[in-house]
Amino acid sequence: MADKNDLKKIRKEMDEWEGKLAETLKKRPERKPSFVNTSGIPLNRTYTPLDMEEADYLADLNFPGDYPFTRGVQPTMYRGRHWTMRQYAGFATAEETNRRYRYLLEKGQTGLSVAFDLPTQIGYDSDHPLSQGEVGKVGVAIDSVRDMEALFDGIPLDKVSTSMTINAPAAILLAMYIVIAEKQGVTPDKLNGTIQNDILKEYTSRGTYIFPPESSMRIITDTFAYCSESVPNWNTISISGYHMREAGCTAVQELAFTLANGIAYIDAAIKAGLDVDTFARRVSFFFISQQDFFEEIAKFRAARRLWARIMKERFGAKKPASWMLRFHVQTAGSSLTAQQPDNNVVRVAFQTLSAVLGGTQSLHSCSRDEALALPSEEAVRLSLRTQQLIAHETGVTDVVDPLGGSYYIEQLTDEVERRAEEYIEKIDKMGGAVKATEKGYINKEIEESAYQYQKGVEDKSRIVVGVNDFVEEEEEKPADLLKVDPTVGESQKAKLKELRSSRDQSKVESSLKDLKKATENKKENLLPHFVNSVRSEATLGEICDTLREVFGEYQAA
Amino acid sequence: MIKVLMAKPGLDGHDRGAKVVARALRDAGMEVIYTGLRQTPEQIVEAVIQEDVQVLALSILSGAQDYLFPRIIELLKEKKIKDVLVVAGGIFPSEDVPKLEKMGITGLFGPGTTTGDIINFIQDKVKK
Repeated sequence: MADKNDLKKIRKEMDEWEGKLAETLKKRPERKPSFVNTSGIPLNRTYTPLDMEEADYLADLNFPGDYPFTRGVQPTMYRGRHWTMRQYAGFATAEETNRRYRYLLEKGQTGLSVAFDLPTQIGYDSDHPLSQGEVGKVGVAIDSVRDMEALFDGIPLDKVSTSMTINAPAAILLAMYIVIAEKQGVTPDKLNGTIQNDILKEYTSRGTYIFPPESSMRIITDTFAYCSESVPNWNTISISGYHMREAGCTAVQELAFTLANGIAYIDAAIKAGLDVDTFARRVSFFFISQQDFFEEIAKFRAARRLWARIMKERFGAKKPASWMLRFHVQTAGSSLTAQQPDNNVVRVAFQTLSAVLGGTQSLHSCSRDEALALPSEEAVRLSLRTQQLIAHETGVTDVVDPLGGSYYIEQLTDEVERRAEEYIEKIDKMGGAVKATEKGYINKEIEESAYQYQKGVEDKSRIVVGVNDFVEEEEEKPADLLKVDPTVGESQKAKLKELRSSRDQSKVESSLKDLKKATENKKENLLPHFVNSVRSEATLGEICDTLREVFGEYQAA
Repeated sequence: MIKVLMAKPGLDGHDRGAKVVARALRDAGMEVIYTGLRQTPEQIVEAVIQEDVQVLALSILSGAQDYLFPRIIELLKEKKIKDVLVVAGGIFPSEDVPKLEKMGITGLFGPGTTTGDIINFIQDKVKK
């Protein structure tokens, strides 16, 4: 972007500077023979205007809120409103989790984020044999609309936005939310929130799939269609790189695999007959914020630019809202250590800061005790305070994209984008993300990166403070770890028994019969049938079993 | 050659650790069979018998071990399997560790364990 003559001068001076360096390096060699980030991108000693020779400000960066949104999706970003502070929470029963939600809202949290237990995520009721030992453990147990009502008791659903980490049965949990909102007198058009609803990454890295890909994709496109009409402010999907990264892939792979999955969902919806501009504005994303500070910031910026170009050029979307990549961030659970857990507070603060500098819309900061247990109330409060501190004390939110124009950040943004594009091309050639997933390609890539990472930790080319260096011989175990009440499984079973004996069984049977018929007819949207079944007080397990009868179950290779 | 069954009991989907350890054990010269996700205690014990392994390595991060581990040990006893080394990796509350060890899960590997430590432990125990 600099003038040609200036660049010539800079180049000449840089040659001289590098010449002089030889002496310094002889006296004091650098710490490593070469510097490389986690994506394998080699890093120069420093960056200069020479690295931005090709840059075109208006085409590649432009102003915040303008295509390709490299600098942010809104023109004023955090000068207008901070990101949504949204701590992921859920354990034991709906009643207990409801208490945690009220606590967080009281402490200044601005949105809710629901963690469901594994039986709920895989569509089993709490009294199913495979649910034994799992009920209420990694999240809250939701068997029916009655549990959902207890979960949001006293929380006005027209005032709060709710994100639900739920995938295979996402549309059914959304139906429950719609039904309990109705009871509060809130119509679906007033609801704000997100369902994760991203099945492709379940097959590769998270594991809570139920149905085979084709049927799963139908439920997802049905959700796009239904919500664009009836729940217009709902984010119908949150396409997630987070779990693939936690499973071990690199920043570039996270970006590439996430956007490749995004392309697959948009393709499927268009094939199902939807107009891209009717649903794309409600497609959202979810990324990790890991330890390499600048690499993460570059990743967030590259993600916005790359997705904007994909939506505009590849899919021909016409509305700016369809081009915008809006995202949630969670700091990296896998970066937290059981050793010296207080160090995690510092890790989380750095990761939270890079998410903010990357322009996130919503944010969860992990807690210091998460390598040991589900977070305690006190630990979660400190994480929320970390966000509030960054928002209100550091001043980093007063200028939009404050790192924009940094030679290093811009060069790294370009490089992350370029390498992600290469992966996307490769996946395109395989026939897209669904095929690449079925072939096991994405899994292999993730596993290879995970193994290389572990090797780096063990040969100490990668230092993890407190784990492979700066180790304390004697460590005190933190007290007050959260322990899930072991009787939760039994109390859920009792609630189910009560439900099954007090509901109108004929209504349940007829709603499930209608659902089954709709499932057999590919042209029919399933969402109204989910709403009906939920309203009849059919359980999540009964609804999923009805779908299993028609769709079958996914068998991992 | 030491033969290992790497198993994921229950509904937990986190298998980064299981896969990394499986590969490290292979690189150390062991034969490793990975069960994949969502294995019931019955399926795991059946695989121990079918594959005739010397080591059963359980990986779990969901907190469901307080039901699943005793059930697996119980089934091993029912089937009269005594000569299989049972180890486990994941997150275990420190107060549960003595209980699990007493049950017969002799190697418990928490966060931050190196694959080298796991390899040494298995080689040492199986030799004896």
